[in-house]
Amino acid sequence: MTDPNTTLSPLELGSHDKTFLDANELIINMGPQHPATHGVLRVILRLDGEKVLGLECVIGYLHRGVEKIGEHRTYTMFNPYVDRMDYVAAVSNGLGYCETVEKLLNVEAPPRAQHVRVILTELNRIASHQLWLGTHALDIGAITPLFYTFRDREEILKIYEKYCGARLTTHAFRIGGLQYETYTGFEKEVKNFLTFFRPKIDEYEELLTTNRIWVERTKNVGTISAQDCIALGVTGPVLRASGVKWDLRKAQPYANYKNFDFEIPIGENGDTYDRYLVRMAEMRQSVSIIQQAVDALPEGPIMAKVPKVMKPAAGEVYHSIEAPKGELGYFIVSDGSTQPYRLRVRPPSFVNLQALDAMCRGQLVADVIAVIGTLDIVLGEVDR
Amino acid sequence: MIAKLKGNYGSGIEPLTYAGQNYMVVDRSLIPEILQVLRNEEQFDYCVDITAVHYPAREKQFDVVWVLYSHPRNERIRVKTQILDGATLPSSIPIWPGANWLEREVYDMFGIKFDGHPDMKRILLPEGWKGHPLRKDYGILQQDNEWVQINLGIESGQ
Repeated sequence: MTDPNTTLSPLELGSHDKTFLDANELIINMGPQHPATHGVLRVILRLDGEKVLGLECVIGYLHRGVEKIGEHRTYTMFNPYVDRMDYVAAVSNGLGYCETVEKLLNVEAPPRAQHVRVILTELNRIASHQLWLGTHALDIGAITPLFYTFRDREEILKIYEKYCGARLTTHAFRIGGLQYETYTGFEKEVKNFLTFFRPKIDEYEELLTTNRIWVERTKNVGTISAQDCIALGVTGPVLRASGVKWDLRKAQPYANYKNFDFEIPIGENGDTYDRYLVRMAEMRQSVSIIQQAVDALPEGPIMAKVPKVMKPAAGEVYHSIEAPKGELGYFIVSDGSTQPYRLRVRPPSFVNLQALDAMCRGQLVADVIAVIGTLDIVLGEVDR
Repeated sequence: MIAKLKGNYGSGIEPLTYAGQNYMVVDRSLIPEILQVLRNEEQFDYCVDITAVHYPAREKQFDVVWVLYSHPRNERIRVKTQILDGATLPSSIPIWPGANWLEREVYDMFGIKFDGHPDMKRILLPEGWKGHPLRKDYGILQQDNEWVQINLGIESGQ
């Protein structure tokens, strides 16, 4: 009944058995049930006292075979499954999937649909970062931000509930556009949310940014250089905090992000503190994008002309978006039938989690918790 | 760029485009070399994804796909190769360290091994699971009943 694999991979530090004080190395299991691992993640730590010599992640506890399911559902039927992967930022997942299938079908969503998509996706980015902030701070020991961020997140979830009926796994978008027209009062509520939320980011910053304990626990923790990030395939705020100014919304724009004016915040050192600052700045940028979008919402149809029975021509397409966690990509191979032949999801959390080992070497055990939190992983996405 | 590669490797590379995206089908014999050239000379420094597709009706049953992106050029490209069932591929870890888990997942789901991978074992499915689920001959409701019985103590996972 036990997992026989407790030896660390050969990539770990060579073959030294004895540590500095001539004691044996300690191999500790940070098991799948753990309050700070953001899901069912198992981390096997090799320790010298409290210093981490190496670690190995064992994942797959939440593997649901989503890619296999994708081969047995039609394109429209698969749409709700997509939300369940990164269940924190469900709207982004939906956006990526719908856009990829739209590429296969060679249709484009009408301007109003794209606009509303941007509004909902950016609201989702704020919601995802709020959840990240609450749980990350909680792991490190700061309990208060959790309550503040979850309370404010409620406003976004209320908007989603009024729009599509669901708070978390929204299934907000359809292939070709939107199904539901925005409800009466949508624009007013979004604008009210923005006015309500702007001072809240300052409130979160006031709690943490210059807080001495926070700074001590996050500065120089989990540092990773820009080169290592790119070599390991890490994307998202982690990459930007290491100094690489790269965001798919600017580099390979999708869903009319070209029409909006926003900046890409970057960090300098690539440590946990910088990742925190980058995500806070991203929330502010998202507020700016939503403000621009909601001020300029065009009229028009919300759904493009898409056949009822979708049979894209045989071919393959890879499309990716900037999800709150990194580059979320979909690689869909179509064989001309109503069901995808191969549906691959490239999850940002999966690839980012590879970097955990490199980021934690030489740090203390408590820092491992901080680094897992700062990578912002969602196990639903890692395991699919 | 494609023209230059085609010039160097001739019939081993077939460049194609679909839906505005460039990709190339590359002969298996060229495989570690073309990836190295793309990384070192053409600056494709970021390995986005490695995946595979199973075509059981074809003689060369597996299509292994590398999706690569170049930060300096802001360009994305796919490299595909076709291999037989049971064939192995050289690992891309020396080229992009991020290929580690991606290759493990391809092995886990399809059974395609990568030579030179330091840790070639299953990643998403438990150790000791038999079968490679994303192959087309693996049923949608199929599970490794033996593993379930031994490890979970129940008759079947269904």
